Amino acid sequence: MSGNESLIRVENLQKHYNKGAIKALDGINTEIKKGEVVVVIGPSGSGKSTFLRCLNLLEVPTGGHIYFDGVDITDVKTDINIHRQRMGMVFQHFNLFPHMTILKNMIIAPMKLQGKSEAEATEMAMSLLRRVGLEDRANAYPSQLSGGQKQRIAIVRALCMQPEVMLFDEPTSALDPEMVGEVLEVMKQLADENMTMVVVTHEMGFAREVATRVMFMADGRQVEEGTPEEIFTNPKSERLQTFLAKVL
Amino acid sequence: MEGLQTWWEGIQKQFYINFIEDNRWKYLWDGLGVTLQLTFCAVLIGIVLGVILAMIRSTYDKNYREMRPGFSRFVLKILDVIARIYLTVIRGTPVVVQLMIMYYIILASSNNKLMVGMIAFGVNSGAYVAEIVRSGIMSIDGGQFEAGRSLGFNYVQTMRYVIIPQALKNVLPALANEFIVLLKETSVAGYIAMQDLTKGGDIIRGATYSPFMPLIGVALIYLVMVMFFTFLVNKLERRLRNSER
Repeated sequence: MSGNESLIRVENLQKHYNKGAIKALDGINTEIKKGEVVVVIGPSGSGKSTFLRCLNLLEVPTGGHIYFDGVDITDVKTDINIHRQRMGMVFQHFNLFPHMTILKNMIIAPMKLQGKSEAEATEMAMSLLRRVGLEDRANAYPSQLSGGQKQRIAIVRALCMQPEVMLFDEPTSALDPEMVGEVLEVMKQLADENMTMVVVTHEMGFAREVATRVMFMADGRQVEEGTPEEIFTNPKSERLQTFLAKVL
Repeated sequence: MEGLQTWWEGIQKQFYINFIEDNRWKYLWDGLGVTLQLTFCAVLIGIVLGVILAMIRSTYDKNYREMRPGFSRFVLKILDVIARIYLTVIRGTPVVVQLMIMYYIILASSNNKLMVGMIAFGVNSGAYVAEIVRSGIMSIDGGQFEAGRSLGFNYVQTMRYVIIPQALKNVLPALANEFIVLLKETSVAGYIAMQDLTKGGDIIRGATYSPFMPLIGVALIYLVMVMFFTFLVNKLERRLRNSER
């Protein structure tokens, strides 16, 4: 895959609450290229989750533009549902559908939205399940799974739509410590396969090892951006230095 | 001893006069059929109406404030106002009055009493079902909705595949309870000369001039049905509690 084609471009993104009294996002500009793994770090309340959720418009920005594959998705006339099909999202609390089996969780969107036959969708779902080692749980319900298993299912559920970018909103924050590894492992595999990823996380080890670029946010702004090397071994801003001193 | 025997003979005679003679039991049997048909169909209409109303009301409550001004926001506002008026009027007036208005005014051109009854009780039940289902929708975690939308489902699809099935499952016992309430409420169907169970008993009473047997008989039939359906609801509730969630 080529590494230079732009996939998402963010221009002066703003999210204000209470008529501008609270600025969750205060003018974010960035570009995410195909195959990049962008890890967003920062203290809580810095706006990193809001930023991620704006990328697929789960959170509607109050200003600025987001271009996905050249289309301005912040334009009211854009049908966001079509673009969301190409952007997978993984949540902190998994959000699997509890009334469906694992397999149904995975095949419902491809069947209803992409017109795939049940056999076709099932075949893809099973091969994805095999990849994360959970093929024997296809007919289980989400409540019968551990947190780590749920999150791995959530990832492959999103992958079933064959997205062009995967958004991760603190995917390991709700997990017991011993289950964090198995989820990060799946994410690492994805990165190795050149999936474009935007990851909000507190896992500095993951950021250092897997990210092609790290974005440090504070108070709704991107304070510093660079390769993991630059961010972790040579932080320039004081804000980042204090943050790293606390988390590392 | 003698007194007991005369009393027992009296009972037997009463029973014979009220239920056996002239095949009077048929009034109760046919009436029971009408009552059950009326209740089942009204509950179905009520659930369809209720789910639609609940979707409108919960959509409004959850999204209106954050929606961008435009046509869809305007439509939602109108739908919500209509839904609120409907709920207020239906829940604020007696079902007998609604039934008579439906029969004598709105559907005056129709001779099909059963259909008029189904519609009247269905419309009535819809208002109560709406509030039950709305509470079910509101109880579903917001993350479920976001997960549906993030996969690319639009609002209605997310409701249909993700939210409503879970909401209905959560409120199933309450819905079954609404069915039991409705079963008893249909007893006023006689007001538009429908021959339901209650009316059947009343017809017997009018013919035999003895109120005891037919009225107690009718009451017992209702009681047994309600106890039976309550038993089913409890069983359902227990199964839902045990099933994975």
